[in-house]
Amino acid sequence: MKNDKGKLVNEIKLKMPSLSVNESMARSAVAAFCAQLDPSATEIADIKCAVSEAVTNCIVHAYRDRIGVVYINVKLFDNRSVSVEIRDRGCGIEDVKQARQPLFTTDAANERSGMGFTVMESFCDSVRVRSKAGHGSSVTLIKKFEGR
Amino acid sequence: MTNRNCKFESVIDSGVLTVALRGEIDHHNAVSVRGEIDDLICRERPKKTVLDLGYIDFMDSSGLGLIMGRYALMQRLGGELTLKNPNERILKIFELAGLGRIIKMEEKEQ
Repeated sequence: MKNDKGKLVNEIKLKMPSLSVNESMARSAVAAFCAQLDPSATEIADIKCAVSEAVTNCIVHAYRDRIGVVYINVKLFDNRSVSVEIRDRGCGIEDVKQARQPLFTTDAANERSGMGFTVMESFCDSVRVRSKAGHGSSVTLIKKFEGR
Repeated sequence: MTNRNCKFESVIDSGVLTVALRGEIDHHNAVSVRGEIDDLICRERPKKTVLDLGYIDFMDSSGLGLIMGRYALMQRLGGELTLKNPNERILKIFELAGLGRIIKMEEKEQ
């Protein structure tokens, strides 16, 4: 389902070091902000899971050898949709199409399942990925809340 | 920083090790929990390990890695791994990865 962009009504920006201890805070902060749109419990759980996947990708893949900065920009629209952009300035993705394939992982040794993008796609209406090798990546999750 | 909001309790009975996970399974928590579960499995050498997922509040695909890793370890040791009490969300993530066909589920407790 495409997002027919409504009018922007609220926005937050978060910036954090790529420490794994921040994964929980990142998904909880986004979920708490989205609560303004009165989503259902399932929809909140969907967005938490998708954000957790994207932030984990920054920590595990983008900044695999160092601690970098993870940027999150959350926008709420008057048509009850949310856009969450998770961005890094890490190593970038060589082949985005391949990275989005279910079970594809470059880090099987550390028990990465390769299901991150598939989970994001399953729990959101759309997932846009922009990346440039050596410069970083940006993942934008769009979800429209239907239930109350 | 070792702050962790995922814990587990374990019971061994007649060669069956039951590990009841509690809290949130994400990448941060999975890294430390998996080492502790593996230590337990290697020490007890159960013929079967049951992961009870009934008290999990949150799980993303890092949880899949945790489950697949313990499944592989039990296979290497000649035992089996089953799951118990997964909620609908966990089952959905499972189905996305096609794991429903590979890892057995325990019958639901009444």
